[in-house]
Amino acid sequence: MSTIALHDEHNHDHADHGHHKETLISKYIFSMDHKMIAKQFLVTGIIMAVIAMILSILFRIQLAWPDKDFPFLETFLGKWAEGGRIKPDFYLALVTIHGTIMVFFVLTAGLSGTFSNLLIPLQIGARDMASPFLNMLSYWFFFLACVVMMSSFFIQTGPASGGWTVYPPLSALPKAMPGSGLGMTLWLVSMVLFVASSLMGGINYVSTILNMRTKGMDLWKMPLTIWAFFLTAILGILSFPVLVAGVVLLIFDRSVGTSFYLSDIVLGGNILPNEGGSPILWQHLFWFLGHPEVYIVIMPALGISSEVISVNSRKPIFGYHAMVYSLIGITVLSFIVWGHHMFVTGMNPLLGGVFMITTLIIAVPSAVKTFNYLATLWRGNIRFTPAMLFAIGLVSFFISGGLTGIFLGNASLDINLHDTYFVVAHFHLVMGSAAIFGMLAGVYHWYPKMFGRMMNAKLGYLHFWLTFIAAYLVFFPLHFLGLDGVPRRYYAFTEFEFMKKWLTVNVFVTWAAIMAALAQVAFLFNFFYSIYKGKKAPQNPWESNTLEWTAPVEHIHGNWPGEIPTVHRWPYDYSKPGHDVDFIPQTVPFSQTMSSNLPHDFEGNAEAEKIQQEWELANPVQENKG
Amino acid sequence: MSLRKFITNKTTAALAVLLTVFANTSAFAQEAAAGAAAAPKVDMGEVYKSVIFYVLVFLAVCLFIAIVGKAIRVYELSREAQGKPVGINWNRVHASLFALFLVIGLYGVYWEYTVHGAMLLPDAASIHGERIDKMFNLTLIITTIVFVVTHILLFGFSYIYKYSAKRKAYYYPHNNTIEKIWTIIPALVLTVLVLMGFLTWRSIFYKVEDPKNKAIQIEVTSEQFKWSIRYPGADGIVGKRNYKLTTASNALGIDFKDLNSRDDEMADEMVIPVNRPVRLLLNSKDVIHSFYMPHFRVQLNTVPGMQTVFEFTPTITTKEMQEKTNDPNFKYLFFCAKICGGGHYNMQKDVRVVSEKEYEEWLAEQKTYLNDDLRKEFNLPVAPAPVKSVADSAATDSVAAKTNQMALNK
Repeated sequence: MSTIALHDEHNHDHADHGHHKETLISKYIFSMDHKMIAKQFLVTGIIMAVIAMILSILFRIQLAWPDKDFPFLETFLGKWAEGGRIKPDFYLALVTIHGTIMVFFVLTAGLSGTFSNLLIPLQIGARDMASPFLNMLSYWFFFLACVVMMSSFFIQTGPASGGWTVYPPLSALPKAMPGSGLGMTLWLVSMVLFVASSLMGGINYVSTILNMRTKGMDLWKMPLTIWAFFLTAILGILSFPVLVAGVVLLIFDRSVGTSFYLSDIVLGGNILPNEGGSPILWQHLFWFLGHPEVYIVIMPALGISSEVISVNSRKPIFGYHAMVYSLIGITVLSFIVWGHHMFVTGMNPLLGGVFMITTLIIAVPSAVKTFNYLATLWRGNIRFTPAMLFAIGLVSFFISGGLTGIFLGNASLDINLHDTYFVVAHFHLVMGSAAIFGMLAGVYHWYPKMFGRMMNAKLGYLHFWLTFIAAYLVFFPLHFLGLDGVPRRYYAFTEFEFMKKWLTVNVFVTWAAIMAALAQVAFLFNFFYSIYKGKKAPQNPWESNTLEWTAPVEHIHGNWPGEIPTVHRWPYDYSKPGHDVDFIPQTVPFSQTMSSNLPHDFEGNAEAEKIQQEWELANPVQENKG
Repeated sequence: MSLRKFITNKTTAALAVLLTVFANTSAFAQEAAAGAAAAPKVDMGEVYKSVIFYVLVFLAVCLFIAIVGKAIRVYELSREAQGKPVGINWNRVHASLFALFLVIGLYGVYWEYTVHGAMLLPDAASIHGERIDKMFNLTLIITTIVFVVTHILLFGFSYIYKYSAKRKAYYYPHNNTIEKIWTIIPALVLTVLVLMGFLTWRSIFYKVEDPKNKAIQIEVTSEQFKWSIRYPGADGIVGKRNYKLTTASNALGIDFKDLNSRDDEMADEMVIPVNRPVRLLLNSKDVIHSFYMPHFRVQLNTVPGMQTVFEFTPTITTKEMQEKTNDPNFKYLFFCAKICGGGHYNMQKDVRVVSEKEYEEWLAEQKTYLNDDLRKEFNLPVAPAPVKSVADSAATDSVAAKTNQMALNK
């Protein structure tokens, strides 16, 4: 508390003196202000997303027209697309880097990094993060990771290309494929930097939430966004170090000649000296992070959509406690389900059975969340802001993609579906599209908070409808390819007679993907144009209850001038009967809303209940007659 | 007054812009039309290939969207200026679009299920595959019901409860009974699925050997980017391998000091007799591959340094399947499903399921791995392999069974 008080004084005393005057570098580059860092994460995330999207269009072109030449590809890609055709090795590099960028740089750093940084201090009522310096380092490590990853496009042998899961021995042996040379080294370095970044971020988020909540903000008064960020950060802190352990062992195998993952290998006629290692070890280490990672991606999106759906339905989120407990359930269970990625890797079949049970259990909290979203919409008064549209889209994707998870989580069914397009369709819906929609919902909803201006709603509508329809057109048909036994990461379908019937579907899917990509131009234009030319944002544009909308629109260091507001109630008092407007911000004390207080609000505080009863006796309800 | 003036100014300005744009485009269109009518047909093939063409098309679309946006803006401002209610009720628009999306989407799902659903793999051609298919169908029915119902609710609620200034939402923060119900019901359904899946899984990977119908051992070894098949020969046992023995002439590193290896046969395709269990011994020489044989619902990774084992029983011969699918060119295949390098997309072998008799005939034609060169390499007499006694093979049989068991447990 004392530090916060001191900070206050500091602001007051020196505001006019210019001591505090920020230079361009300290304000925009090496900023330690959580709002600026959030924006840095967001813009970097968007740029990386655009790059990953372009990569995906490139390999979709290859899949749709495997025997056509596209001279412009050679113009851009040079020897990787000689004669206008992408080469098989480069195709694999494209899918690998697309996956890596989307999972780690966009949906982990871009999503968690942006919204945890922006919302944690603002929604819990803190001046800044627990450690602003660590926060700044977190961004710059992330930035470095991005630069290192992208640099692999500028080397002779090309980027890593063993799939985003980089299974050894393929990734461990530089001779196994060109991408396993320097490109793979860069991938590993980038990943170490990235994990360092997300650990610094995660520790910061957890300590800020636990230690720096404003007066009255107990854990059960936190918005669901904060709960989601909190649990996500815990997941990241506990699982990312395991990936680093795995990565370090892989670096040793590649560079020092150890045999953690290698044994009994004859590569191209050469007998390798490695003995005693197991490639399965990598898979265990990787998926011990990899599966929680899926929830690291989706939980912030679920938190954001909970908030957005509640605000725009003008209704409290249904089953707030159930929502929190299901998030906690997902967090705990996500650590014991990693083996469902390994049912057919030759792992002991006994383990397969165990992992199947834990995997299908995790469907229960996910189902509860879905039903609670539906119940929140029921009898609401729904405002279709762009953010709300994206949140509804998220729920739809979460259902569609979640249900196919029941197939894949079942070890027996996974035998035939593993590594097919069914898996591709599944995770692109449930964690790709759903998480991206959560992120976009967040951007549209909190844009006024980030930039003090509004985005153009109509462009947002256009963006939503095009993306929503295109995403379904892209991913729904892919399930059927998988059910026909078409494996993923195939450079072309031309070598198999039975796959040729899917070529027309591939053309259709590629056009849908191009439509989805072009629809993002509406977003990008809207986003960057509105930073400078958007309409000035009002104080509380969505009539929302949470704390961030009490902070001034113009950003100031420390978020609130003077004292930080005190919190009196939970964040979901929307359309409370007896109150004249349909929202009551968290900062409004119960003494000002006597007409709408419910016995439940006082949490057993006898004195408060007595005061309320006396007031009700003195002011009999008149509305009931009318 | 001033506000009004401002709006009217803006309106006129916008309208003027709109008019000019329309005039220009229509003029261009007319010109183009006239030109097209006059000139003979121009070959547009090159144009459709150029990037600049698509960029221009995209820019034209952007321009069109911008014009529509401005027109809507003008309309709304003019409504506002006239003091009439807001021009377009976007909440109603989106609510209707969601309803429309629901209807068209459900039809689309139906279309996908019937059209693309008819293009899938034929019925499973193995005993365990039939169980998997049953399991799949049950899961499909349950998930489809949930999918349709939840989407009707999601988009239905979006349609019904769209914003209205006259209404207030219903304050309904929680209901423990409902929440318990929709925790317990999914939990029960999932328990059923888990139990069934667990039993199916056990039946696939924990097989009790039937002494009367012993499994045929077939070893499959993967490498970038091909498969090698090894049949056990007369003794029914695939001999030992040691990767350190790999040479140009002994690509699989077969240890011919092991008597079981000497009669092992090579094959270009996998031929298996119908209704006999087949025990696949899967190895990899270099990186991880995945042995995927979708028609039989068989998939298992091949891992360097660790043998994996999958046992299945084919039930439909290739010929029967050709009749069943009405496709005379139908053939079973196995191929690679785990990313393994540049040639991953073309790493396949044919599989033929035949009658017992045809199988025996085919088997008799296959050559052994052991040839004269290898005999020299292993210091063996250059002569046909001696036929082993029955007792000998029975003794080694149990040893081999034990090692297989160990491989499974690993």
